[in-house]
Amino acid sequence: MGSEEYISRVILKRKIVNILMLGLSSLTALYGMIWLFWILADVIIEGLSFLSINLFINDPTPPGIEGGGLRHAFVGHFIITFMATLMGVPVGIGTGIFFAEYGRHSRLIKSLRSITDILVSFPSIVIGTFVYAFMVKPVGHFSGISGSVALALLMIPVIAITTDEILKLVPNSLREAGYALGARRWQVIKDISLSAAKRGILTGVILGIARVSGETAPLLFTAFNNNFLTFDPTQPMASLTVTIFQYAMGPYEEWHGQAWAASLVLTMGALLFFISAKIIIHGFRRK
Amino acid sequence: MGKKDKLIEAVTASVLGFFAFSVGFLFPLLTLVVLFYESLPAISRFGVIDFLTGATWDPVAEIFGALPALFGTLLVTFIASLIAIPVSIGIAIFIAELSPQKLKPVFSTAIELLGAIPSIIYGMWGLFVIAPLMADYVEPFLQETLGKVPLLGRLFEGAPTGIDALTASFVLSIMIIPFMSAIVKDSFEMTPALLKEAGYGLGATKWEVVTNIIIPYALPGIVGGTVLSVGRALGETMAVAFLTGNVHQIPLSLFDPMTTITVTIANEFTEADSDIYLSSLYYLALILFILSFGLLMFARFFILGRLGKRWGAKSI
Repeated sequence: MGSEEYISRVILKRKIVNILMLGLSSLTALYGMIWLFWILADVIIEGLSFLSINLFINDPTPPGIEGGGLRHAFVGHFIITFMATLMGVPVGIGTGIFFAEYGRHSRLIKSLRSITDILVSFPSIVIGTFVYAFMVKPVGHFSGISGSVALALLMIPVIAITTDEILKLVPNSLREAGYALGARRWQVIKDISLSAAKRGILTGVILGIARVSGETAPLLFTAFNNNFLTFDPTQPMASLTVTIFQYAMGPYEEWHGQAWAASLVLTMGALLFFISAKIIIHGFRRK
Repeated sequence: MGKKDKLIEAVTASVLGFFAFSVGFLFPLLTLVVLFYESLPAISRFGVIDFLTGATWDPVAEIFGALPALFGTLLVTFIASLIAIPVSIGIAIFIAELSPQKLKPVFSTAIELLGAIPSIIYGMWGLFVIAPLMADYVEPFLQETLGKVPLLGRLFEGAPTGIDALTASFVLSIMIIPFMSAIVKDSFEMTPALLKEAGYGLGATKWEVVTNIIIPYALPGIVGGTVLSVGRALGETMAVAFLTGNVHQIPLSLFDPMTTITVTIANEFTEADSDIYLSSLYYLALILFILSFGLLMFARFFILGRLGKRWGAKSI
């Protein structure tokens, strides 16, 4: 009798611990989700209330004067990111191809790949100081192009690692079939590996752009900021992120509102990039 | 044809090889060299030990010490990890083991999506939403309760302004949760179903399977992922830039304004008006480079590297 009672008590205790702990992990999930969705909700609600057409078509006005916008920052952000993409994408994809196609059996290349993987998590502000040293200091002033270089340096590891991973999913038998037909290595890469992994690589590119489009720290001392609209990449150039930083820290209510609106646009842009990358890769895997 | 083919072959291989070599080796090396070169004046003026232990940061007198910023960086990262680690593991358990099969991708995507929000948004939200809440409700409450406890109470002294170590750490913790929980979840999902089923077959409860089978199996992945996230948190700038107050002092209480390496660089780099000032900021960047690169290397090669071998052998 006693031992049966003991066993049922142990079982009861195990069940209670089970429910308690599993309930606790569900609560942590809830905790995480609450904060994270709270941010989104605030950005959307506050952003929408300050969003207006003026924001996109007007340049900033002095504080206190109505109707100012952030056209200069939208244009600058686009130019900086676009130039960064032009520089970063070829190098990133090339690096990824080399890791996947030439580096399968080399320890040296594998460690190069590991270091590239580390660079994905590398502090972006350090890259900003690095670019400042050789692109801003010698010239004597900030420039949009140096911001693009900093962003490209951030983008390259992301694209390289995704490209490498996608290319590794391409079955080796496909490549061997190519070699058996007498194709050379570059032909196998171009006509077999790359054409099989097109969508995956596109995903990598989009993820890379998404990663840099929200970056602020590397732009602070490269592209810096500019209160006027400029298309000249050798001049200091405004970006959405640096403008948000400046406006949110500033003393004017109007600035804060514009910072919220710009945040909404920035966040939606980043999430849109991310979602489209997801959709593309899912199509890829299903095929 | 043959010659032309060979030429293309050689050109492709060497161009791609050059790209890979530049990205994986030259670029980090060059960064290190440039940071070192730029910080030489500060290194020769303040030395290594004196700079690391110097508590004064006075641009006017041109005396620079890294201790407040270094301590601030480590403190904020530590508190943020303290909050984020259990939450991330909980989220991973929830997604990997508890959520209905159909909802799994939904939860995973939600977490990943939230990781895609730019860090400046976290920072701004922290400044406008969290900091006032902290100043008006949370921090006075903490002072009323924990602040009364002897010894522990010292951590909660001072005026609750909301712009301090606690708020910065808290916002940073929210920011690293998506990253950390994704890695932990991935390593949970590496556990072979066979092992879990064996556990259930013996009559284990779900929690017992989690603690006795899944967590031990995934432990290297959890540790590696955690270290990786800590490495990322060390270098995070914009999420904390709004919230530390950028005051060069060693915070004695969690309610003291403070600064981190990244925040100091972000705020003062363009204002540095003397060579030694700029050089000292580069010195800080060099320290951050060594700290985070070292930590990330450690996570990569010693923990996740070994893991690859282990999982390669064990995958059923």
